[in-house]
Amino acid sequence: MSENKSDLKRTPLYYKHVEEGARMVPFSGWEMPVQYAGIIEEHMHTRSRAGLFDICHMGEFFLKGPSSAKDLNRLVTCHVDDMPEGKCHYGFMLNENGGIIDDLIVYKISQEEFMLVVNAGTVDKDRAWIEANISSDTFFIDDSSNIAKVDIQGPITGKIMASLCGDDVIESLKRFWFKKVEVNGARILLSRTGYTGELGYELFFPVSSAERIWDTLLACEGVKPAGLGARDTLRLEMGYSLYGSDIDEEHTPLEADHAKFVCMEKDFIGKEALVRQEKEGVSRILTGFICEGRRSARGHFGVFADGKEVGEVTSGAFSPSLKQAIGMCYMEKGSVADDKEIVLSDGKIEIGGRVKSVPFITPHVHVGNL
Amino acid sequence: MIPQDLKYTREHEWVKIEGDNAVFGITDHAQSALGDITFIELPAKDGEIKQTDSIATIESVKAASDIYAPLSGKVLEVNETLQDNPEVINSSPYEDGWICRVNISDSEEQDSLMSADEYEKYLKENE
Repeated sequence: MSENKSDLKRTPLYYKHVEEGARMVPFSGWEMPVQYAGIIEEHMHTRSRAGLFDICHMGEFFLKGPSSAKDLNRLVTCHVDDMPEGKCHYGFMLNENGGIIDDLIVYKISQEEFMLVVNAGTVDKDRAWIEANISSDTFFIDDSSNIAKVDIQGPITGKIMASLCGDDVIESLKRFWFKKVEVNGARILLSRTGYTGELGYELFFPVSSAERIWDTLLACEGVKPAGLGARDTLRLEMGYSLYGSDIDEEHTPLEADHAKFVCMEKDFIGKEALVRQEKEGVSRILTGFICEGRRSARGHFGVFADGKEVGEVTSGAFSPSLKQAIGMCYMEKGSVADDKEIVLSDGKIEIGGRVKSVPFITPHVHVGNL
Repeated sequence: MIPQDLKYTREHEWVKIEGDNAVFGITDHAQSALGDITFIELPAKDGEIKQTDSIATIESVKAASDIYAPLSGKVLEVNETLQDNPEVINSSPYEDGWICRVNISDSEEQDSLMSADEYEKYLKENE
């Protein structure tokens, strides 16, 4: 993708980032803050207090109408039929070969209305795919340019959100559920979800409220802005997949070790390919690895075990929590065993490591809200 | 901000001349551009290095980059502290974050280095 600076889109919070002294970088066609104070500091602050992330670049779609549930059920791998209102599920949209078109979260707003939250870099192809695969009476809206999104993540975010929305609202909001709330006069869809492994929330609201909500959250004690750099190391410590790096159309959810997000008891596009793959067994699988020291393997490094090449690195970075480098790779399934010694190499440098099942750290997503 | 007593390269290394020897490091601009430094592969002690050769690899959370020899010579000493605490380069690029000390083999090479004023101008031009 050409990322000529003048072609980049800016989120409604762009000037807030500039004010905060963020370093702005191109990301999926957007000019986004990669860091403010520094990736490690923002990472550790999110793990110990609260980090605030501008995620306005991600896409929000709506499907409405009497057939929307049925259509969506065919489009995504997670179960949509029996979802209660106010619930959300993580799942995948697959092509006919079972390859991952995108990973997303499905929100059931009402019996006949759903919201899909999709990756920024895949908005256009997702929209085309969905429009080609829904019934004529299902109404599709790409509302990405009207909806702003920020994530607030970290152990104190339950207290923070309770102070803004009320204790009762937050106490009863369980993980992977959402509510409509009002903060400082702005209407917000508040979702207890996140990409860090911490207690946290994702907030969706009209673009016109973006600066007000950002300022309100940042004014709460213990909240600091965090950039995409920290977002990446936080998600990697949890072993959460990043679309375009760890998962893509060349890999299926079974290969990505994400079978638990696939409901095989229903029909969906790509299911036949998964059934076949399940029967034959996957030949490669996404797994975590931990490096010997601080030096990190990067994307596309080869993975070697017992003297032969058995895979490829998809993500790699220094883990601020472990003070050691970690990563994800696809490996021949037969070579995967916890603690198995591997060598990661780009042909020039060699880094020793071990296979390690994810998450790399103990998640704190299920801690009490308050 | 930019120490007057040092010499600089276009690759953002600094050089402190100490008679026949020289100390190398990376500039404040370089450490800031890299972000949090998480790893450094130091040059080998007693190794011979040639001007502009890659002598060390430095990694930040997001990326890896090379450090080039500002001058040719023999490596007398490396800053072992950086092995476990590479972030010292971020906090003290010109002092505690020095990378290696070299016995210079060709003093004429120094002519290719920039003065502090020239480096400052170079930074402005490349902003």
